[in-house]
Order: sequence, then C-alpha cells, then structure tokens
Amino acid sequence: MNRALIFVARHSVAIALSAMFLAPVLFLALTSMMTSNQTFTSDLWPHTWHPENYAEVFSKTPLLKYLGNTAMYAGLATGAMLLSSVPAAYALAKLRWRGRNLMMTLIICMMMLPPQVTTVPVYMLWANGHLTGTLWPLILPMLLGDAFSIFLLRQFLVTIPDEYLDAARIDGCGEWRTLLKVVLPMARPGIAAAAMFQFFYAWNDYYGPLLYTNENEENWTISLALASFRTLHHVEWHLVSAATLITMVPVIVLFFFAQKAFVQGVTLTGVKG
Amino acid sequence: MATVTLTEGRDTAALRRGARGSRRPRLVVLTFIGPALLGLIVFLGYPLVAAVYFSFTRFTLINPPEWVGLDNWRHLAQDPLVGVAAKNTLWLTAVMVPARIIGALLTAMLLNAMKRSRSAYRTLFYLPALAPPVTATIAFVLLLKPQTGPVDTMLRWLGIDGPLWFNDPAWAKPALVLLSLWAIGDLMIIFVAALLDVPVDLYEAASLDGANAWQKFRFVTLPTIQPVLVFATITGIIGCAQYFTQAAVAASVASNQVTGGGGVSGTFGYPQNSMLTYPMWLYTEGFRYNLFGYANVLALLLFVVSMSITVILIRRFKAFTGSDR
Repeated sequence: MNRALIFVARHSVAIALSAMFLAPVLFLALTSMMTSNQTFTSDLWPHTWHPENYAEVFSKTPLLKYLGNTAMYAGLATGAMLLSSVPAAYALAKLRWRGRNLMMTLIICMMMLPPQVTTVPVYMLWANGHLTGTLWPLILPMLLGDAFSIFLLRQFLVTIPDEYLDAARIDGCGEWRTLLKVVLPMARPGIAAAAMFQFFYAWNDYYGPLLYTNENEENWTISLALASFRTLHHVEWHLVSAATLITMVPVIVLFFFAQKAFVQGVTLTGVKG
Repeated sequence: MATVTLTEGRDTAALRRGARGSRRPRLVVLTFIGPALLGLIVFLGYPLVAAVYFSFTRFTLINPPEWVGLDNWRHLAQDPLVGVAAKNTLWLTAVMVPARIIGALLTAMLLNAMKRSRSAYRTLFYLPALAPPVTATIAFVLLLKPQTGPVDTMLRWLGIDGPLWFNDPAWAKPALVLLSLWAIGDLMIIFVAALLDVPVDLYEAASLDGANAWQKFRFVTLPTIQPVLVFATITGIIGCAQYFTQAAVAASVASNQVTGGGGVSGTFGYPQNSMLTYPMWLYTEGFRYNLFGYANVLALLLFVVSMSITVILIRRFKAFTGSDR
C-alpha cells in the first residue's frame, strides 16, 4: 500500500515536471498557429488554425538564407574542429611528451575563459584581415583546435585500453596510422559527441555572429535574425513563434539520431575526471 | 628524444621497436598538437598580452593605438554603469548557480528512483536544454508576457495579479533564473550518472546502522558526489561570468523597441539596467562606444576573476591535468 502511494507520488511529480518542461514549446506551437490579432489576447487556444503561418514566415523573411548561413557556420566549424582537435586529443591522451601537462592546463584555462576577455584583441586581428562582417572569424579558428572539444575527446580517448594501441605499434604502425586505423574506429561515440556539441554550439551561437556580422545582414545566422525579428515585423508573435520552432527542428532531429552518444558526452564532461 | 616515450612506461622490446618506427618522436608529437598549439598562442597567449597593452592605449578601428598611461584604469572610477553591471552579474551568479544545482539534483534523484519509465522522463526533462538560447529566451518572453501571457493568465485564474516579468526591473532577473531552470537538462544528466556511481553497499550499510532517508542523503550521497558538485559549481560560476545571450535577447524582445542600425546593444540592460550584465557592458563600451582601450580594462578584470576560479578548479581536480591515471 505504502509502496503504491510512493509510486503514485513519484509519477505525479514527474508528470507535473514534464508538463512544465513541455509547456513553453507547446505554447510556441499554439501561438504559431494563431492569427496575428489573437496573439495579443490572453486566449491560449487558437480560435482558428493557420498552418500557413509557416509558409508566410519563409516568404516574408529571408529565413532560408539565415538557415543556410547557420548551417554553413555549424557544418564547417564542426569539420574544422575534428581535423585539428582529434589529433591533439590523441597526443594528450595516449602519447607521452614533455609539456603535456602544461598543455592540458592551458586547454582547461582556454575552456574556462569567458570569450569576452579576448574579444577586443581577437576582433582587431580579424579586422586587420578584413574578415569582419563575415562568419569566417568563427570558422577559421576551429582549424587551430577547440579547447572544449579537445578536452572532451581526450576524456574519451583515455578510456581506450593501451593494449590495442600497443598491438598496432608492434605491427609496425606509426602513431598516425595507429590513430587512423585503430583509435578512430573505437572512438566513434566520443567523436560523435564532440561533433554534436560543436555543431549545437555553432548553431545556437549568438555572441559570435553578433560580434562579427551585426552590421552585415547578408551573413546573419538564425539566432541573430530571430533576436532582431521584430525590427522587420512589428512583433508578429505568430511568425516569431513559427520561426523559433523551425530553428529548433534540426537540433532535435540530430539529438534523436545520436541520443546515446550525446548523453554519454554530457556525462563525460562532468563525471569522469 | 629520451623524454618522449610513446606509451605509459611499459618498456618492452616490441614497444621500443614501435617507438623507433617513428624516427623523430618529438616531431611526430608536434604534427599532432601543432595546430592546437598555434591556436593557444594566437587565441589565448596573444590576446591576453595585447589586452594588457591595449588597456594603456586609446584607439579606434582606424587609428592606431596611442599610449595614454593609466587613463583607462582611472576611467573605471567614473564609469557609472560598471558597478551596476557587476552587481547584476553577481546577483545572477549567486541565485542561478545554487538554484540550478538544487533543481538538477532533485530531478536527477527523482529519475533515479524511477525504474521502467526513467529513460522516457529523462529525455523529456533534457529536451529544453537543447533549445537554442535565443529560441528559449523568446519563448519565455512570450510565456511571461505581462497581462496577456499564459503565465499571468493562469495566475489570474488563481486570483493573483501577475508581475510584469521582463518589463519590471524587480522581476527581470528572477525571470532569467526561471529560464535557466527550464534548461537544466545537461546538469541533470551529469547528476544522474554521478548518483548511479554511488556504491549500493554504502546505502545498505547505512540502513543497517539505522539511518533514515535524510541521513543517507546527507552522509552517503552528498560526500560521494561532492567532486561533481564542485565541478558543477565552478562551471556554473564561469557560465554566469559570461552570461550574455539570454539577457541581451530578453531585453531586446521585451523592450519591443525597433533598434535600427546600431543593433541590439541599444536595448541592453532593459528594463532600467536590471538585465545589464558585466560582459554586456564590456561589449557596449567596446563595440558601441568604440572605447576599445577601456573595454580591455573591463576584460582584464573579468579575466582575473574567472581565472582565479579556474585555478581552484585545477587544484581540486589534479586528474584534469592528465598526470596520473
């Protein structure tokens, strides 16, 4: 009896929490189906349903262009990050060399550094290279490693037993062959997690695009555009809601495809020291 | 050459052959870490040195830096808003970090107490953490719209006159805290894993000693997950030190003002500077008022504070530096 009560209590709390976590998205969905006029009333349920709002948001705003810019930023940044960060993480996890601990410490410093600290000098570098106004100042640095990704990948790579690497070395593999042929296939979940984090970070990034492309609407990302939406429309909440939901779709689709790797990655950043 | 051995101290003949296979190990290592090393120099070392130099100069994007001595540092005393911005960031840190940790810990404990339905609820609770911050902020501005928004509407059903939330200086920061609690999922997942790592026999031993639920939590759970708690606290503080996006977007959307060419920084701080965070003020001084020299003073102060916290982190988690595993 007591046990049944606890069961009911737990599930009631869990269901109430679920409702609270889902309510904001549900309300966005409802608002995106309303007429513009109804969004200014306190009625929560659409009087009439207007799925055509979704078509309207594409025709009234260059949403596709913003989505394209965002996809380019996120895709290229992720690819560049993998090229530079996987080898670095491998050297930090599996090779022994003088200065390794120092480099790991610097990586952690970089990871913990608020981006605003280095903003002005870094901005000056890109201004001298005439690349401000574009998204390249956010993509190109990824070719030189991303601190958080290196950290995450390193945490994953240390869990791979050395025996596999030794076996490859005995077979005469050099370190690069060992990395490419033996370690990479085993590290796929970790690499998937790091890639997803990087993709999400870029897709969601607001500060970076604001800093570099604020003056150049051609290169706006979706986050920047959404935040400035009411300057194009006079708070058309139904359209803002539709565009907001559209922005969430790629992230959620990607998450469901790689949920396991993602959850493992989150855990790895916080639990394994 | 001698300092670079390729495996962790196991010096068998076969391994030495492996090491000899790559003739210049130091160079080999450099091919792995070269790009990242360059990245640390260009995006960590250089900007920090440059920021110190720039903090003693006055310059714009067109004019080269001109030495002005301590002018920028003296300007700190006359800056009317730096104190307000620092206080807002401190307020947000003091409330958000504990609120998020307690909230995440409670939901994680609830999840771990469930059996079959755990993974379904876990996904549900986690999903909001995936929402892009700009998206989440817009959703909350809409949700907390004064008078006609759903939250105020529901409060009215209960006979409560809801606050103006993002449009009231007293309620704007609490509204940001609610927003941060909504996206609690990543912290929650970390706690779920940490709680599962607590050895079951410790709980059994405590039960044999007659411990009640609270005592088990206080004397078994908390000490075991302490490293994760410390980690969550420190990353939480670092996250708050750079808190920018949500406050900027909430101000911009809730103020409902057309900001025009200058971009969003025109509405920074709305309402009445209550949502002006320290990094936002740094951004405003630098990129709106073109006081790049002075912005570096603010940046260096931020650096000192956040690095002190990181040093604590590294001290507490020696393993992070990768020496002994």
